[in-house]
Amino acid sequence: MAFYVVQFLTGLASAASLFLVASGLSIIFGVTRIVNFAHGAFYMIGAYIAFTLTERLSGAFGFWGGIVLAAFAVALIGVIVEMVLLRRIYHAPELFQLLATFGLTLMVEDLVVLIWGPDDLVGRRAPGFRGAIDFFGQNIPSYDLFLIVLGPVVLGILWLLFQRTRWGVLVRAATQDRDMVAALGVNQKWLFTSVFAVGVFLAALGGALQIPRDAVHHAMDLRIIVEVFVVVVIGGLGSIVGAFVAAVLVSELNAFGILIFPKISIILVFLVMAVVLIVRPWGLFGKPEAAARKTPGLTVNPWRPLTSNERLMALAALIVAAMLPLFAGNYLLTVGSEIAIFVIFAVSLHFLMSVGGLASFGHAAYFGLGAYGIAFLAKMAGLPMIVCLLLGPLLGCMGAAVFGFFAVQLSGVYFAMLTLAFAQIVWSIAFQWVDVTGGDNGILGLWPSSWAASPSRFYWLSLGVAALVTVALRTMVFSPFGYALRATRDSVLRSEAIGIDAKRIQWTAFVIAGTTAGIGGALFAYLKGSVFPDNLGISLSVDALVMVLLGGVETVSGAVIGAIIYKALNIWLVSQTDLSKLVLGGFIMLIVVVFPKGIVGTLEMLAQRRKKASPPGSTLLAKPIESAE
Amino acid sequence: MSVAPPLLAVEGLTKSYGGIHAVRGVSFSLRAGEILALIGPNGAGKSTCFDMLNGQNMPDSGHVRLLGEEITGRKPREVWRLGVGRTFQITATFATMTVRENVQVALISHGKQLFNLFGSAPKFDRDEAGRLLELVGMGGYADRPCGELAYGDLKRLELAVALANQPKLLLMDEPTAGMAPRERVELMRLTARIAREKSIGVLFTEHDMDVVFEHADRILVLNRGTLIAEGSPAEVRGNPQVQAVYLGEGLVYDARHREGAST
Amino acid sequence: MRARNTIVGAAFALLAGGMAHSALAQDIKIGEINSYSLLPAFTEPYRKGWQLAVEEVNAAGGINGKKLVVISKDDGGKPADAQTAANELVSSEGVAMLAGTFLSNIGLAVSDFANQKKVFFLAAEPLTDAITWSKGNKYTFRLRPSNYMQAAMLVEAASKLPAKRWATIAPNYEYGQSAVAVFKKLMSEKRPDIQWIDEQWPPQGKIDAGPVVQAVAAANPEAILNVTFGADLVKLVREGNTRGLFKGREVVSFLTGEPEYLDPLKDETPEGWIVTGYPWYSIKTPEHDAFLKAYQAKYNDYPRLGSIVGYQTIKSAAAILAKAGSTDPEKLIAAAEGLTMPSPFGEITFRKIDHQSTLGAFVGKTALKDGKGVMVDSSYKKGADYLPSDAEVAKLRPKD
Ligand SMILES: Nc1ncnc2c1ncn2[C@@H]1O[C@H](COP(=O)(O)OP(=O)(O)OP(=O)(O)O)[C@@H](O)[C@H]1O
Ligand SMILES: [Mg+2]
Repeated sequence: MAFYVVQFLTGLASAASLFLVASGLSIIFGVTRIVNFAHGAFYMIGAYIAFTLTERLSGAFGFWGGIVLAAFAVALIGVIVEMVLLRRIYHAPELFQLLATFGLTLMVEDLVVLIWGPDDLVGRRAPGFRGAIDFFGQNIPSYDLFLIVLGPVVLGILWLLFQRTRWGVLVRAATQDRDMVAALGVNQKWLFTSVFAVGVFLAALGGALQIPRDAVHHAMDLRIIVEVFVVVVIGGLGSIVGAFVAAVLVSELNAFGILIFPKISIILVFLVMAVVLIVRPWGLFGKPEAAARKTPGLTVNPWRPLTSNERLMALAALIVAAMLPLFAGNYLLTVGSEIAIFVIFAVSLHFLMSVGGLASFGHAAYFGLGAYGIAFLAKMAGLPMIVCLLLGPLLGCMGAAVFGFFAVQLSGVYFAMLTLAFAQIVWSIAFQWVDVTGGDNGILGLWPSSWAASPSRFYWLSLGVAALVTVALRTMVFSPFGYALRATRDSVLRSEAIGIDAKRIQWTAFVIAGTTAGIGGALFAYLKGSVFPDNLGISLSVDALVMVLLGGVETVSGAVIGAIIYKALNIWLVSQTDLSKLVLGGFIMLIVVVFPKGIVGTLEMLAQRRKKASPPGSTLLAKPIESAE
Repeated sequence: MSVAPPLLAVEGLTKSYGGIHAVRGVSFSLRAGEILALIGPNGAGKSTCFDMLNGQNMPDSGHVRLLGEEITGRKPREVWRLGVGRTFQITATFATMTVRENVQVALISHGKQLFNLFGSAPKFDRDEAGRLLELVGMGGYADRPCGELAYGDLKRLELAVALANQPKLLLMDEPTAGMAPRERVELMRLTARIAREKSIGVLFTEHDMDVVFEHADRILVLNRGTLIAEGSPAEVRGNPQVQAVYLGEGLVYDARHREGAST
Repeated sequence: MRARNTIVGAAFALLAGGMAHSALAQDIKIGEINSYSLLPAFTEPYRKGWQLAVEEVNAAGGINGKKLVVISKDDGGKPADAQTAANELVSSEGVAMLAGTFLSNIGLAVSDFANQKKVFFLAAEPLTDAITWSKGNKYTFRLRPSNYMQAAMLVEAASKLPAKRWATIAPNYEYGQSAVAVFKKLMSEKRPDIQWIDEQWPPQGKIDAGPVVQAVAAANPEAILNVTFGADLVKLVREGNTRGLFKGREVVSFLTGEPEYLDPLKDETPEGWIVTGYPWYSIKTPEHDAFLKAYQAKYNDYPRLGSIVGYQTIKSAAAILAKAGSTDPEKLIAAAEGLTMPSPFGEITFRKIDHQSTLGAFVGKTALKDGKGVMVDSSYKKGADYLPSDAEVAKLRPKD
């Protein structure tokens, strides 16, 4: 019995730190609608700065002072980031801020190594909380007890802050309806800045408090960020109490789960999230979100198919690209193949995200399933390459059909998180089910048959498939189905009122996107000759998002350009420098600020402006009205 | 000998939210080609009624029958397939698509081509879309992004969209809100003409009493969720109860409505 | 839109073509790949090690008179990126051989690439048995003692412990799973009386140490096998110390004696664990002294195990290249098979039968000295003594 009590308390202690970080994320999202990918980075910087301070400052006062000081210091960094970076892009399309914070995270990961060195740092134990307390023969670390008390205390303070202060009232109002607060004449800028600062403070405090129990290192951010997203989503976005309950739930499930299923702890949280989202689509304590008002900028440039001139130009470009083998060496051709494959991947996500309005955070799952499809067919069934290429993507298709069915029941961030959960579950299976998938060591020896083996042939194959897929998906954008899909994105209410089964349309789009991603994955397996769980991992999903956002989420061809630029730059930087994350992160942040609509989006906007400026007074100035849904 | 069922028959429709009885025991019927106005002060329950008629909202009790067929609780898209088009009080259109594309989507749906992956949508029923837009006076705006339109134009577009499936019944929630007085009259005249020509039944709500009295064949008056009067314009105008709750206050159209026009 | 595709492609080609390398045509180039940005704590000392070796090789006249050049690439911890890098090194840089890698999956990916493209590959650090056995191939050699060898070394010591009830804690992925499997197998062979009463499989890099420690304590084993490392190990040790998990229990732990893993534990180092590792401070052989002196002189820092691996990787590569007198992969293989050479740990041989080197490891016990973790009572275990019989190895390895 004592054991179960102690296990429960241990779970509560884990919950406390999770809660601190999660509540910060939740507050930031609630008010600013920013999916702050850099939240884990702030948590990590908090730990690093706290480490330095607690090592320098001596005594109990030095320790606790160091922790708090670190949190304030990081909050200050947060303020600077908010003012310099985020303020410029609040009006950018949805999720564009995610791109900025992703760039920031990349930079921070390299920066902490530059500043604090590569070694894991182990900090001091908390003065007064070094030992353990005996509980019927079981030991409870006293620091755990401290954390157990701290969690509810922070919850209480936040509650008071939100219920009893004018600032808190504004924050709650803004969480419910952003535009209303703007209308009330509140200085929205400073409200956002202060909210961001509070959120970052909590993250940094959470990180700093890890000093006595964890090692400080440069991958801490990724370790926590996904879990924190999960907690926030289970609890309900914007709900502090929800974050607390979810943190406790997740931690306790973990504490007791390992007693029964020691091997599945890695997917437990994702399973819980998937179940919660399917049963309660807005999380345990969340409220159905008022449909986000569309960014006015969206309407500037209506999509249209290519004119015949543009088609000729695209064809000419394709022919030029196809001539690459005439002058490039094997390495460049292989890079070319890889870029072509990522064009397929990005275009498939674009179809779902830009055309369908469904931003998947787990799109790599279908890419990877396509790749594993190849591995199973080629290695186990011993089928020839051409058959594998035709059948392999079906695994991606099947995965998309199953997961997509559940995912399209949700929308917005909840959709994103459910797709993430599914992807993580698939990844965990590939990572841990060593007997079938080879686990981490992957499946090797999937090299192409001789007809496609030479780098130039494989390049032509990849380029050809990429061109086909791009043309096919583009055709679909302007097909009756594509119109229907865009219709469901713009207004589900109107779609349903004119006979469109929105969920079925979106599900179909999900399956199309998943299958297409699977085609990319299948080629990738042959390009690399092997398949690894990486191919379905979060970082690949994020890559795809970045490519689409970079190109311009509101454009039809942005994904192609985004994929080419991002992938080429990435390969080149990784080859040229060990600090590729620093440079790439800086580049992404620059792009975000200079091209607030993505590269293609911004170029199109400029072209449009020039066109509009030339015939004077050609159009009536109609007042744009947002059509609320 | 059985009498042909009316186009729309509503019986004892009821809906409450917590303690609020938004709609209570509303019954009425509507013939083909008839123009029926549903009026009442703000919050009377008009929109809630509309939502229950086309399946947007599930009534607590009561029945809705279309040509005798029970449609209560059917999904909006199923009701639409039976020939019921509607417009919304707060317009719902596809903001990133052009005006023509908005109509084309409806035509695509009507033509059951929603899962046609490789056809050309820009060419799909282009002429028909143009014709519908001409009909509502939006012909000149066909290639404009819908998000740029003024509010009154959105209302017109919604009418064009609602007409795309050659409906038997049109449900129009404040179809002329946001328009200048002259435009209101024109749009309602147009609606009336179409309704008569094609024998479409129209149920509409409206705060502008001039519009109501000029065009409605019959008027229903709703107050706090219950029907308090029903009859010809003249009858309703003379009904003292109606005057008390509604007209007597001189509210021809209300403040919130004006606000909406300038959003 | 694809117009821009080609522009980028062309720009790319220009860049790639324009990048002049300091290497001259007659230099001998080795292409080196490792997870520099993902695992700097391990790869920084490793890099220092191989840089020292390059210096020494060239100071001694290079390889048959030609200068040795190492072109190093980061793989970011991703097998796919490692292959891109390998491809660049082979196709664009024209390296004579590939070397390096830390993570097992990356080692395997590069090994498979080498097999496909017929390039010589000297794997430096990956531990997986697969790289020389089940997925071994003609072109791949491996320097560091494998998972199996380290398990066998630990079993030798562990089987002498009286403990009968054992629990295991290992990260839940291929490395953790196979380390536990080999250890259990070898241990049960020597000690059929042993019972395995609990196993914990925390996710790699994400251990929730409190509950894990509590659960193991509840099972009340007499001895514990630990396979976690890095930040997971730190958390496990801290929780274990506070909760008294290690009190009165024997602990056997993979790799924990390596400075990379031991040093961060500082004054919280648990005492008396049986570990494999690298006690650089207590090795008193002339070969090691020479290495240590050179390393400390150059970097003003002490070596980690990675330094040894990096150093010996390039030393071995140089020896192979020198003996082959050619950069032809077939000749390199012929030269490497059975080649014996000196190392800071004494003489090592690349076995012909499975391409595994006989580099060994130190087994000893952890202890606390001046607030720091050290290995005591350590002794060097020659790799050759902890490998299965040739007949068994032949069965494990596919015919090439
Ligand atoms: N989803 C809902 N939840 C709670 N109450 C609601 C909801 N929808 C409507 N109501 C309430 O039901 C009543 C009827 O609202 P309804 O929108 O039908 O009025 P209306 O007659 O259309 O008014 P208006 O002229 O302002 O459009 C109002 O009191 C409203 O507050
Ligand atoms: Mg209404």
